[in-house]
Amino acid sequence: MAAEDPKAKVEGLEEKVHVWPYLVRLEFLCALFVTIGLTVWSIVIDAPLEEAANPTKTPNPSKAPWYFLGLQDILVYFDPWFAGVVAPVLIIVGLMLIPYLDINPKGNGYYTYHERKVAIWVYSFGFLVLWIALIIMGVFLRGPGWNLFMPWQYWDPHKVVALVNVDLPYALGVRTYNMAMLVGGGILSAYFAIGTAVYFFMERKAIKNVGFLRMFIKIQLYLIMVGMVIKIVLRIGFNIKYILVTPWINI
Amino acid sequence: MAAKKPEIPTLATLVEKIKSGELYEEVKKEVLNSQLWTSSFRHGYADTPRNRVLQIVSNVWLHLHPVKIHRHALRIKFTWCMGGITFLLFLSTVVTGVILMFYYRPVGEYAYFDMKYLQYDVPFGMLMRNMHRWAAHAMVITVWLHMFRVFLTGSYKPPREFNWVIGVFLVTFTLLLSFTGYLLPWDQLAMWAVTVGTNMARATPFLGHEGPFQEYVFGVSPRYDARSLLIGGSVVGPPALLRFYVLHCIFIPLVAGALMIVHFWRIRKDGGISGPL
Ligand code: HEM
Repeated sequence: MAAEDPKAKVEGLEEKVHVWPYLVRLEFLCALFVTIGLTVWSIVIDAPLEEAANPTKTPNPSKAPWYFLGLQDILVYFDPWFAGVVAPVLIIVGLMLIPYLDINPKGNGYYTYHERKVAIWVYSFGFLVLWIALIIMGVFLRGPGWNLFMPWQYWDPHKVVALVNVDLPYALGVRTYNMAMLVGGGILSAYFAIGTAVYFFMERKAIKNVGFLRMFIKIQLYLIMVGMVIKIVLRIGFNIKYILVTPWINI
Repeated sequence: MAAKKPEIPTLATLVEKIKSGELYEEVKKEVLNSQLWTSSFRHGYADTPRNRVLQIVSNVWLHLHPVKIHRHALRIKFTWCMGGITFLLFLSTVVTGVILMFYYRPVGEYAYFDMKYLQYDVPFGMLMRNMHRWAAHAMVITVWLHMFRVFLTGSYKPPREFNWVIGVFLVTFTLLLSFTGYLLPWDQLAMWAVTVGTNMARATPFLGHEGPFQEYVFGVSPRYDARSLLIGGSVVGPPALLRFYVLHCIFIPLVAGALMIVHFWRIRKDGGISGPL
């Protein structure tokens, strides 16, 4: 019965041990294995060195270093000011805010899924899907013109993909520029307003405990994250380019 | 009377001796009592609690550790060893990187040929370059895994909130470290990856010459905006190489190193590795 409780599993263990020798010897062994592994890897596989840099010869595709390919992939769905600047800033700030937004006292210092399901789902989704999966896609499936190619397909630099994307207000039948701006802005504001309202309603009992500001920031971050997924789905499934088009920014 | 013949142990007794540790004790005694050993080391190490503590607190490197830790913190299943491995990989890049610096000049005309020289003429040059590059890539992966494990164990919760914040700075600097180094080989891969990456800065709101609202900021142009600050011009050219070199070899490692020291210090001050309260 005690084993069921993840907390009790660790609590049953002996209290404290000396760092010397118990931890130091583990660190030593670990360092030994990693160093051997790194050395063997470096003997077997050479780091790439292509021809000398040539500003007049742009490779197609031009890819950022692999760890940024998730962000580069978002460029398909968002303009550079968002995918390249605002999104990374939001990721960094959002990550820093985690300890101040998640005030669930449970699950501090041990593995548990049941005591903090939402937190684990959100983080795993962001990390494994929005970050890692997009990187894997960017490395292996994005070819010339940043088009998608399956691993068995030839990377045809002349592949033609019809650009049939339209803006959401246009798809809804709005034809004038100003009206489209209004509709797009309306949809976007409604998304955030309704999302926030629904969240506050559902979690109304928690407001006193968690605090208004905390909940407000949390739901905005959630909505942005979900919004990015919605935008990706809209683009792939419905060929929607922008939701909001203004003279300054497009979203 | 015949001299007593030395007994040849059978395999079974030998195995028995090894298993019971008797053989180990015998060899240890022989070694410790040998003239060579006793003349070299004046006294042995007594494995007492006091000495175990002294090993840690009287060693400048080891004293970053606490003296005692919870038993569960030892379990690889708990930490995945990822923080430690990240640090080890960082140290590996420092060592190999310093060696590379002896041969590499961050100048447009030289950089690429220094790489060639390093690979084909410098003894172990290729190995040093490989180790530096693969350790850097591995570090990016391990730091993400470390972060994932810290999240899964909820170790960012009080009192460790601030160490998580330092950690987010560390993961950012790890990526920047890797990114600035990516340009230095000065080959096609390097130049275009960094071009793609830094092109984003053009779109910085207010401060990039193609970004939203830039028209409201005085003086923003392709030559003077967020991107040109980064690469010292309007294209990725020799000034960018020099800037990235200085950032990569001096500025970012210093900042990241300082943050790591604070990170480790905070682990201790926050009561060691997290565990159930
Ligand atoms: C250069 C990068 C980093 C290095 C060298 C590093 C190193 C370490 C080490 C050696 C530990 C001890 C326990 C373990 O190995 O898991 C640790 C713990 C910790 N790290 Fe990092 N770390 C780095 C980046 C990060 C990042 C990116 C985060 C989170 C955003 C983070 C947050 C933490 C926290 C909260 C702890 C305490 C964990 C606990 O008490 O269980 N670190 N770090």
